[in-house]
Amino acid sequence: MKKTILELKDIAKYFPGIKALDNVDFTIRTGEVHALIGENGAGKSTLVKIMTGVYQPTKGKILMEGSEVHFGTAHDAQAAGVAAIHQEASMFTELTVTENIFMGHHLRKKGGTLDWKAMRQHTQELLDRLELDINPDTLIKNLGTAQRHMVEIAKALSVDAQLVIMDEPTSALSLHEVEELYKIIRQLKDEGKAIVFISHKFDEIFEICDYFTVFRDGQYIGEGEVATSSVDEIVKMMVGRSLGHMFPKKEAAIGEAVLDVKGLSLPGFFKNVSFTLHKGEILGFFGLVGAGRSEVMRTIFGIDKKSEGTIVLNGHEIHISSPRLAMQRGIAYVPEDRQEQGAILEMSLSHNITLPQIDKISPFGVLNKKTEKTITEEFGNKMEIKAANWKVNANTLSGGNQQKVVLAKWLATDPDILILDEPTKGIDVATKAAVHEFVSEMAAAGLAVILVSSELPEVLGMADRIVVMHEGHVSKVLNRDEANSDNVILAATGHEEGM
Amino acid sequence: MKKSIEKILQNRELNLVGLIIILLILVTIRSPRFLELRNVERIVNDTAILIMVAAGQFLVILTGGIDLSVGSTIAFSGMAASMLNEAYPAMPVYLILLIGVLVGTALGAFNGSCVAFGKIPPIITTLGTMSIFRGFTFVLSKGQWVTAHEMTSAYTMIPRGRLFGIPNLTTWAIFIFIIMYYFVKYTRHGREIYAIGGNKTAAHFVGVSEKKVNFMVFTISGALCGLAGVMWTARYAAAVNETATGFELQTVAACVLGGVSIAGGSGTITGVLLGALFLGIINNALPVVNLSPFYQMAIQGFIVLAAIVANVLMEQRNEKKLLNRRRQ
Repeated sequence: MKKTILELKDIAKYFPGIKALDNVDFTIRTGEVHALIGENGAGKSTLVKIMTGVYQPTKGKILMEGSEVHFGTAHDAQAAGVAAIHQEASMFTELTVTENIFMGHHLRKKGGTLDWKAMRQHTQELLDRLELDINPDTLIKNLGTAQRHMVEIAKALSVDAQLVIMDEPTSALSLHEVEELYKIIRQLKDEGKAIVFISHKFDEIFEICDYFTVFRDGQYIGEGEVATSSVDEIVKMMVGRSLGHMFPKKEAAIGEAVLDVKGLSLPGFFKNVSFTLHKGEILGFFGLVGAGRSEVMRTIFGIDKKSEGTIVLNGHEIHISSPRLAMQRGIAYVPEDRQEQGAILEMSLSHNITLPQIDKISPFGVLNKKTEKTITEEFGNKMEIKAANWKVNANTLSGGNQQKVVLAKWLATDPDILILDEPTKGIDVATKAAVHEFVSEMAAAGLAVILVSSELPEVLGMADRIVVMHEGHVSKVLNRDEANSDNVILAATGHEEGM
Repeated sequence: MKKSIEKILQNRELNLVGLIIILLILVTIRSPRFLELRNVERIVNDTAILIMVAAGQFLVILTGGIDLSVGSTIAFSGMAASMLNEAYPAMPVYLILLIGVLVGTALGAFNGSCVAFGKIPPIITTLGTMSIFRGFTFVLSKGQWVTAHEMTSAYTMIPRGRLFGIPNLTTWAIFIFIIMYYFVKYTRHGREIYAIGGNKTAAHFVGVSEKKVNFMVFTISGALCGLAGVMWTARYAAAVNETATGFELQTVAACVLGGVSIAGGSGTITGVLLGALFLGIINNALPVVNLSPFYQMAIQGFIVLAAIVANVLMEQRNEKKLLNRRRQ
């Protein structure tokens, strides 16, 4: 019943000086969800771009249903029935859902004018089919991230794609929305479409995928049936080592309380949030997107203003009205989105690393270049940042190394409390393990760490205690030994309230 | 050998130096006397005011903003200083210079307040104050000019005097350049300007105040316009209401030519200096090579555009290389 729809044979893609892909074979069959697995930089994106006609391969053949094809442009690939849903929704935010869905393949009336009535009707049908409660005339900017992704999926369906490529489609979705997505994927599968599913999350791969192919450093490594493979086997293929090294949790002596938050509220975001953080402790914060975890952290760091509640630091109540004050109190906050909120990409590494303490290193307003150099070298080396030198701009580094720069800049402030908001989101497995190891060491050395994460294995693997939030409330606090994926998920989805 | 050429091509300032040399060679072929010391001195002196004002514009553009009111600020401060000189000929001219700078500073601070505290986008704010300050100039002067014989010779000598054989105006420009070089590279505030322009959110998260930085850059730009206003009216021995009309575009062009990103966050003052000199050379060269004046303006614009395009293409090429290296 399954038949091969797209076949890549001995594909290579060279850029000046490097081989992004080499000797790659990749076969996609209908009625199958095929996981494409690999670290960042393994060549997944390049492969997707070749399949969607954005790049042309340097050598090799693409066969579509047995006959050789050339995708000169994205349009060619689309016409042949290949559609892609990109990781960061690439949409026209000022246009409506209908306009977005038909961008590039508008329906026309006989005279050549655009047939908006038909397009609108068609859009409504697509949305109904996906059971989405979205008005076709809504502007994209008024939709949430999850809904935007759903519209992207509707767009892929609108071209009647035979092959749908999904590049980390769940990264912005809540658990409920992920379920919806799975439903759609299964529906597509039953209709005999082929799906390529790219993800970093193993629970997803095991939930929805039938088959997998692993890439590393631009090379094909292996493939297999998901049902007959284990996580450990796949991880070994990805990085050449096994899962035990992913969460190198060190036992640390938990000391006295350093931060005591009581009844913290911010209308519209969270209400009556209380928790205590101890020296040497890693306190995990788990919850679905929109549960209010980041907002709590932003409030503690003085970015948002609380409406009620008290924050007690080392036994004294404090009022933090700006990030600068929070930093002076020994709090460091590594924000969620390193590109948007963390690193300054056009700045050199050394300038990035010393920015939080620029007032300390510039007596009378004049920068002390020597201190700057000392700080940069100490923390840059500590984090093992891979760069030619400290003067290169942050945008010359890979995502994982950028994240290390952001961590280095906050650790350089010598904090007592380190708040990490999704510290390993979107970085490769090797860097992830390095970050985990580092955090574990810092906690063992007496730092109090708050770890906000949407990745359940990370929270379960790293945290001493887990605060679970649901719709702005703390729904449960679990100790390391009593927490498991079931009770944490239940608390996060609001099925189990109470402390 | 190939490596070192690559390195040179990657440096935007050196690209511009190359373009300037090519331009000079072309002009000198047509008119061999162009590179005589006296003429070079004249070109630099003619560009001095542009350098000062572009230095202020540079800071504003670094934050991601733009200051369209520089021409009007120059006109108003120049007019105020000249009228003061006319009304009180005995007043020490350096006191007048100081007042001129303060007037410019005040106007700049007004721009800065609108942007920083009123949250009005820089382009809207300065588009408005461009007209407002020009209007103030007419109100102040009642439409009259201050002409050469109404100014004291001490006033007109501010830019024209010489120190060690160099015209004062040029010395002032060099002075401003050095201060600005030091400011952006070696002070905390300079670094904060780059931070805000590079990534506002990230800068906010480390405690850099966007308000303070915005207010500061517009105020500095205003102060430099104040200085330029005095220099301009004294050098040409006339304060007219139309002084420096359209000058804002030249200052922006100097920055863009010099590689300052309009999006903010990157650029150097050396680049701006070279960009200004490039414009100054074109302004002076076109009359020398006997082109019909009818063509001059269009050709000038064309050369500037071509230079910017060449520079941008070069940069894109480098960026591509960078990305490829990163993928390795």
